[in-house]
Amino acid sequence: MSRPEVTVIDYGVGNLLSVQRGLEHCGAKVILTANPEKILTAKRVVLPGVGAFTNAMPALESLGLVAVIRELAQRKTPLLGICLGMQLLLEESDEFGVTAGLGLIPGRVIAVPDRTLSGVAQKTPHIGWSALQASNETDGWQKTLLQDNNPGEAVYFVHSFMAVPTDPMHRIADCIYGGHSIAAMIRRGHIMGCQFHPEKSGEVGLKILRRFILQ
Amino acid sequence: MGLPNEHALRYYLQGVDELIYMDCVASLYGRNHLGDIVKAAAKDIFVPMTVGGGIRSVDDATEILRVGADKVAVNTAAVANPQLVSDIARRFGSQCMVLSIEAKQVGADRWEVYTDNGRERTGLDVVEWAKRGVAMGAGEILLTSVDKEGTRKGFDIALVKVVSAEVAVPVIASGGMGKPEDVLTVVNEGRADAVAMADILHYKRAEIGDIRTVAENAGLGVRHYESA
Repeated sequence: MSRPEVTVIDYGVGNLLSVQRGLEHCGAKVILTANPEKILTAKRVVLPGVGAFTNAMPALESLGLVAVIRELAQRKTPLLGICLGMQLLLEESDEFGVTAGLGLIPGRVIAVPDRTLSGVAQKTPHIGWSALQASNETDGWQKTLLQDNNPGEAVYFVHSFMAVPTDPMHRIADCIYGGHSIAAMIRRGHIMGCQFHPEKSGEVGLKILRRFILQ
Repeated sequence: MGLPNEHALRYYLQGVDELIYMDCVASLYGRNHLGDIVKAAAKDIFVPMTVGGGIRSVDDATEILRVGADKVAVNTAAVANPQLVSDIARRFGSQCMVLSIEAKQVGADRWEVYTDNGRERTGLDVVEWAKRGVAMGAGEILLTSVDKEGTRKGFDIALVKVVSAEVAVPVIASGGMGKPEDVLTVVNEGRADAVAMADILHYKRAEIGDIRTVAENAGLGVRHYESA
C-alpha cells in the first residue's frame, strides 16, 4: 500500500521540519509546497504556522493561497490548521490590531487572558503541557481526530492568542489555563484545527496525526 | 558522557516534557555546533527542543530552527546586543525567543548577569535584565544559578522567586538539581514555571519517572503521557 499523502503548506513561517517529521513518523508521504495547483489537488492539507497572525495572512495572500485554501473548504478536502494555522481559520484576530483571517470557521482570535478566572496575574504566552477535555457534554470524540485519545491526556501548547469560535459546537476539545477554557481543537466539517502542537506532544500527539492521515 | 542523542531518546521515551541542548563552549569558539545533533534528534523525538549556545544573529537562529529546534536560547549575544532579542522575537515570535540568564549572587538579594558560562561578568542586575529582555520580546527565561550549577545542592530559590515574581513570562529554573525533591521547593517556594536538569539524569542518579512521581505525590501538576 502506498503511503498516504499529506500536503503541508510552506508559506515561509516557522518550523515545518517538525510537522514533516511527525507526519512521516506516522507513515505519511509529505509534500511541502506553496504551489496553488498542488495544494488544490491535494488529498489532505496541513496549514502550519508559528509567529504572528499579521505576518501570516499577507504571506498567504502574496502567494495567492487565501483563495486556494477557501476553495479547499468547498472541495471538502481535509484541512488541519496547527497553532497559528488554526487561528487563521477564523474570521479575524485582535493580534496587533484587527486582521481578517480565512473565515472558514466563524469566530475571533483574542489574547490569552493575563489574569486567571479569579483575577490573579498569570503568565502569557501559555507555554507547556495542558490536559485535553471534551468541550461539549453531549458530543464525545468519536469520529474526530481525537477518537484514539482520552480526556486528561496532555499536549504541548505555546501561544499568546487563542481562537474563540462563535458556535460552541465547533469546539471539540478545550484545555484549562488559569481557570479559563481555551479552545484546543476545533472542527467544522472537514476543516480542523488544533491550538497545540501534535508534532511536539509525544505519542499523544502522534495519535492525532495518525488519525488525520486516514481522513 | 556519551552521545547527546542517546540520552535524548532515552529521556523522550521516559516522557521528558522538553529538551534543552546547550553548546557550552560555543561562545568561546564563536559558533553553535549543535545543528547536526538537533537535525538527527528531530527524526524521532516529538517534544519541544530548545537550542542555545553561540547564537549571535537572526541568521544563526534561522539555521537552528530550520533543522528542527523550536526555540533558541540566547545569553552572551543578547547582552552584547539586546536588539537581537527583539529581532528574533519579531521574526519568529516571542515563543521562540528564550532569554538565557546566568545569575551569580553578588549581595543580599542581588544577582549579577554573567555570560560565557559563568566566566564573564557584565555589571547587569539580573532582575532588571530579565524585565528588559521580556520587554524586548523574550517569551521565556531560562534562569541558571552560576553559584548552584554543578553543586547538586538544590536550586537558588530566592533567585527564582524574585525573577518569577517580576516577569510575566514563564521562568525555567536551572542549576543545582541534586535530588527529585529539589523540584518541589523550586516550584512551590521559588514559583518556577518549569525546571531544567541535566546531570542528575545523565549520571542516572534519578530517572524522569522518579522525579515525576515525587512531583505528582506532592500535588504538582504533572502531565499524563504514554510512552512511545
